[in-house]
Amino acid sequence: MGRYVLRRLLQLIPVFFGTTFLIYYLVWAVPGDPFAGKCGERPCPQSYVDFMTEKFNLDKPIIVQYGTYMKNLLQGDFGQTFGGRQISDLIADAYPNTIKLAIVALVIEAVIGLTAGVITGLRRNGFLDNLVLVSTLFMIALPIFVLGFLLQKWLGVDLGIVKPTVSNPPSIGELIMPGFVLGSASMAYIARLARTSIAENRRSDYVRTAIAKGLPMKRVVGVHLLRNSLIPVVTYLGTDLGALMGGAIVTEGIFNINGIGRQVYRAIVTKEGATVVSIVVILVLVYLISNLLVDLLYAALDPRIRYE
Amino acid sequence: MSEPMPPSLVTSPPTTEPTVGNALEADAQEKKSRDKPRGLLGDAWRDLRRKPLFWISAALILLFVLMAAMPFLFTSASPSEGVLARSRVSPSADAWFGYDVQGRDVYARVIYGARASIVVSLASTFGTVLFGGMMGVIAGYRGGWLDGLVSRLGEVFSGIPFVLGAIVILFTFNGPGTNRGPWAIMAIVVVSLVILTWPVSMRIMRSSVLAVRDADYIVAARAMGAGPGRIIFKHLIPNCLAPLLVYSTILIGSFVGAEATLSFLGVGLRTPVVSWGIMINEAQNYIRVSPFLLFFPSAFLVTAVLAFVMLGEAVREALDPKLR
Repeated sequence: MGRYVLRRLLQLIPVFFGTTFLIYYLVWAVPGDPFAGKCGERPCPQSYVDFMTEKFNLDKPIIVQYGTYMKNLLQGDFGQTFGGRQISDLIADAYPNTIKLAIVALVIEAVIGLTAGVITGLRRNGFLDNLVLVSTLFMIALPIFVLGFLLQKWLGVDLGIVKPTVSNPPSIGELIMPGFVLGSASMAYIARLARTSIAENRRSDYVRTAIAKGLPMKRVVGVHLLRNSLIPVVTYLGTDLGALMGGAIVTEGIFNINGIGRQVYRAIVTKEGATVVSIVVILVLVYLISNLLVDLLYAALDPRIRYE
Repeated sequence: MSEPMPPSLVTSPPTTEPTVGNALEADAQEKKSRDKPRGLLGDAWRDLRRKPLFWISAALILLFVLMAAMPFLFTSASPSEGVLARSRVSPSADAWFGYDVQGRDVYARVIYGARASIVVSLASTFGTVLFGGMMGVIAGYRGGWLDGLVSRLGEVFSGIPFVLGAIVILFTFNGPGTNRGPWAIMAIVVVSLVILTWPVSMRIMRSSVLAVRDADYIVAARAMGAGPGRIIFKHLIPNCLAPLLVYSTILIGSFVGAEATLSFLGVGLRTPVVSWGIMINEAQNYIRVSPFLLFFPSAFLVTAVLAFVMLGEAVREALDPKLR
């Protein structure tokens, strides 16, 4: 187990550097003046250009720039924006909101998706089964921003049940609607995954044995069936956590949440390269580590899987 | 849905010699055409024909393709002619879907918007399947260091969150200030979608190539002196294509959604092109006063994605031997 984790961690290193370098290259090595529009409606004074070029190593080759950046990053220094604000402060402000949103979305999608999946998996081809199948198709087909606007307009503006936008920092209650929107497509996938795997395992030998032993149905489903059917769902939830954080850009924009997605979008538009790269580094790390954790969870959930 | 399907949802069954079993079955059923046994695809087609889901989605897709190819059949109004006097006029008998902020006919725009979505999603799916599939065949068939290299490269590209990566790429090459024609803009969007999604098709193809690489018929072909080119194109690819084909039908739908999301964010397609995502982007500031501006393009977008997702669903059920 320990050796497996070590090997996986070593494998993460080239992927981590590859991904971050790719983004770094795209952000910084782009043809175009990094100072365009930085000083209002006039060209930047030469002293400012010189100072910033020096500060961000813009005159050095891209590899050297990336190396310097990474060296500082490993010492915990994310650098500064062009305006001189510490990027770590920016992230510290925005990140908790995104984590909250992602967790709310994850909980909502897991609860609703699993309930729908388990119920329809146990009773296939009924009315409820078809209803869930059709509605999951709809959920998958509904792009996040369409669903977001529709719910915002309907629940927020027309009915006035919830506030259409959230305050800063947002409370958990305010995040329920955005969380639902963010997790909508994943909810449908989870329902389908759970349904398929429950229906498959329902016919398996160990379930028949458990029923034959005279165990109550509650125990057969809750302990035997669910634990074995949950494996694909857990994998999906784990990889989804990383995707939810990176994909929150649209949701955060619609509901005006001060999160990492909105910060990174603003940074891309205003060409704040250092901010973009720093946030991407964090997102990639979260993504890679959640994938690793999922693989380890596999072994905990399924005793048949053992890592050497 | 703003991101293409996760790979975990596409089952890639080890297609061990499917043609043999199916050929026998077909042989028994149709004695007349003994010399022309049905393959995997023929079998799937027979399955598909009986599904109402397939016919509904096929009809919808045909409608959208017709809209994309010949929009003038559906409307005589121009999608780009704006008359400010009729800005945000509500739907009426004259203009079924009303007029947008610039006084352009929303119905005409929605019809013309089909072209961008269909072209971009079909081209990106084609590109992803072709490039990813090719990489998968190379990695799976050659193995060794090449496999390691391609797999690591795939991990690097799939480590980037999709929306974020697309925004960075598109903002770099398609940002404000660049002035390109509609086809160039579409090409950039297609390329960036392909760059960010090819690892999934690579992995699917690689795993199915690995499953059949050492099958008896491949060994037999090699023993008879077939070169790698002949083995790959004649034996390997026909037997490995099914999982990738299933994935690609679902992928078309998600690319329609992805294109709209990027256009909505203002980095995808831009104004010389007419697209549903752009229309929703322009409508978002008027949700409270003119909700119809948001409603009609959204309805078309959702219907289009739904049609492709349903098609993918039907194809998956027909091609996946597990579900038989």
